[in-house]
Amino acid sequence: MVPEYYLVIKMRESIIMKIHYGTALGAVALVAVHILMRLSQKFSDSLQYQNVLANYHFLPYALMLEVILILLSVHGFNGLRVILLELKQGVAYERAINYGSIVAMIVLVAYGSRTILMAGMGLS
Amino acid sequence: MAEQFSNREGIKGMTNPTRYGLHRVAYWLQRLSGLGLLAYLIGHIYETSTILNGKAAWNNMLSLTETPGGHLVLVLVIGMCVFHTGNGIRLMISEGGKGVGKPGQPEYPYRASSLNSKQRLCIWVSIALAALAMMYGAGVLFGD
Amino acid sequence: MATVEVPKEQKVEPTTPAPAPSKPKTITLRISRSNPSENAETKFEEFKIPVQKWTTVLEAILYVKQSLDHSVAVRYSCRQASCGSCGMKINGKPRLACYTKVSELESNVITVEPMNNFPIIRDLAVDFKQLFSTHKKMKPFIINEESEVQPGTKEFIQTPEDLEKFLQFSYCIKCGLCNSACPTMATDKSFIGPQGLAQAYRYTADNRDQGKNDRLKIVDQSHGIWRCHFAGSCSYVCPKGVDPAMAIQLLRGYMLGFRK
Repeated sequence: MVPEYYLVIKMRESIIMKIHYGTALGAVALVAVHILMRLSQKFSDSLQYQNVLANYHFLPYALMLEVILILLSVHGFNGLRVILLELKQGVAYERAINYGSIVAMIVLVAYGSRTILMAGMGLS
Repeated sequence: MAEQFSNREGIKGMTNPTRYGLHRVAYWLQRLSGLGLLAYLIGHIYETSTILNGKAAWNNMLSLTETPGGHLVLVLVIGMCVFHTGNGIRLMISEGGKGVGKPGQPEYPYRASSLNSKQRLCIWVSIALAALAMMYGAGVLFGD
Repeated sequence: MATVEVPKEQKVEPTTPAPAPSKPKTITLRISRSNPSENAETKFEEFKIPVQKWTTVLEAILYVKQSLDHSVAVRYSCRQASCGSCGMKINGKPRLACYTKVSELESNVITVEPMNNFPIIRDLAVDFKQLFSTHKKMKPFIINEESEVQPGTKEFIQTPEDLEKFLQFSYCIKCGLCNSACPTMATDKSFIGPQGLAQAYRYTADNRDQGKNDRLKIVDQSHGIWRCHFAGSCSYVCPKGVDPAMAIQLLRGYMLGFRK
């Protein structure tokens, strides 16, 4: 049984929103690079199996994808958390939404990182 | 009974973009595009994970996404992404207190300084850029 | 004895005809009727009333009360947009009934309903308890250890430039139209609301006040200032030019470090 005090993660809303804005700015820059990479060759060619794998084998690009994944997961699920908190209020509901958002972020980052790691290490 | 007579507009009121000018429309579009992009992100993470299952699985996934329907979805995503980015930058700057006008003595007919022409221009520019990006994206995707 | 010449009356030929007196026309006023203490039913009652060019919605409602149905419950007081009592939803938008002319609505059917996001007491009268309690939470008074009234002290000096930084936000009449229009208030019962946040800024921006940190702590919560998304509806409907949206963004500027 996890002690009660481990279950209460308090972060001021202003800090959360600064993270929201920071992840937004970071994601804008890196997603722009990600999209431009697709345009560096013919679009249909860029989606061919070998070409996609080659992207994962190129370490800087793979790292960039990992950073995009983290930034967008945090930004996206925090935005969803804000919308859901506005729709309904209550101590239990809000706690569920807050922790649910963190869990969703972790799950998405974990799943995406698995793809990047395994594809990068040639484990497909 | 107390809930009913709290008289809150509810989701219907929150999602209604009309009645209050361009800023309310931009708020509604920002929310809609944000949710759409989150759904696309989850789908995209799943879609790209199929590369781990080999060439056949990857090509199978491509046969689903590299279709007119798939391209249409992608064009919409491009539009949502550009609008959300442009309007988001406008919001970040405005929420820092810049570009919302200066406090002063209100004069009849009391037009709000925060809803000024610069703000409206930024919203229209975001919409225009999204439209342009969608057209370019459609050209690349359907022209291939 | 000096004589004063009185100029002969000169006949002035009229160049433009005098405007014809405004003919009264008839409009339909639909009033939302509900009595939560008796039942959950809400219905609309229609009344045909004569209006003239300058008739306000409040005058139309009072005509109904006077001549057609005395039981219509409506809150009003000053009739000149100073007290904020007569806020209601008129043809779908929150407005002050005394400040809205029937002619400016450009419709022969006027629908009046109680303001959204406020509990209904009866018909058009709504409960302002939450607005007032939120307003009080913002500490709407000057917080200053010194005092202007003790012997040997001076008044707090304020230049016209200092005054202009917060003056427009002090014109709030607590009519509640902003809270009614706000999309976050539509679903979030715990949200402070544009009125409270604007008043928090009014006092924060006042150079006589030393309570900035207290107020920033109060608004920095999950249902505080960060649930405003600059939809601007509050400023769109404000009848006094308070522009709560501007106040909220300026207050956020303090929290993001853009303003000191």
